[in-house]
Amino acid sequence: MKILLGVGGSELSYQALTETLERVSETGDELTVAVFENGDIDADLETVQQRIQEQIDESGLEPPIRHVEGTSPGSELVNIAESEEFDRIVLGGGGRSPLGKIQLGPIVEFVLLNAQTPVTLIR
Amino acid sequence: MTRTYPDEPAEEFPQPPRTITDRKDRPIDVIPADDADTESLVEMYLDFDPADRAQGIPPVKEEAIREWLETILDGDCVNVVAKHDDTVAGHATLVPDNEDEHELAIFVLQAYQGAGIGTALVETLLGHGQAEGIDHVWLTVERWNDPAISLYEKVGFEISSAESFEIEMAIRL
Repeated sequence: MKILLGVGGSELSYQALTETLERVSETGDELTVAVFENGDIDADLETVQQRIQEQIDESGLEPPIRHVEGTSPGSELVNIAESEEFDRIVLGGGGRSPLGKIQLGPIVEFVLLNAQTPVTLIR
Repeated sequence: MTRTYPDEPAEEFPQPPRTITDRKDRPIDVIPADDADTESLVEMYLDFDPADRAQGIPPVKEEAIREWLETILDGDCVNVVAKHDDTVAGHATLVPDNEDEHELAIFVLQAYQGAGIGTALVETLLGHGQAEGIDHVWLTVERWNDPAISLYEKVGFEISSAESFEIEMAIRL
């Protein structure tokens, strides 16, 4: 299976990376990591990339890493998945409000609503 | 995150304790609550119909309910409960976020819904919040939940964002 994992630098996106790397090392799925800029995250792209690289190095896997360009990462993720025939998009998300309500950010929401590809949300 | 609040502050809301008669003629006491009320609230949430959950709360299992209550009954939160005799029929809470604004949520047991208890709870919670110096309150509500949205609008909340799965509403106290 061809998997497109989007990572934008939120804690939940790193968690999704960890879980996906573990899963892929068991299943042998073909993983691509797509780094995007999440406007809700303070860290700059370089820091995000570095942390992703560290996590990947630890896993011993060598998935290709690519950049999601443009101002609408959700839309671009959906495009990549469709045009390059990925079987699944994986995203981390669903943080909690102060009161404990689950909240989806705009990027996750866009992908869930617009993807023609099955989407796995890891939360 | 910048949230849009109504320009004008809301009216002054009633403060707890108060007793109302609901639309089914039941006397309902609306009183402040804190962590001393944990056990009666656990009981209420164990009785809560999971189909009435919103965005993952309240949790279903007792252990998770207790953990959640510990957060929202913390000293810097504001809580009121609606009691019918010894039964906790409803609960409303204000929980601070990082911007010194407060998130509101309210839960009413199925057997007590549609009787005006929710409105009394929200109004009294906001009155309690005013007395505690709270001035910015927001909430999220699922866009299909018309009864809740009209309740919040009636009390004075205005929609601050409708771009997401949930509608966000805010009130200035």
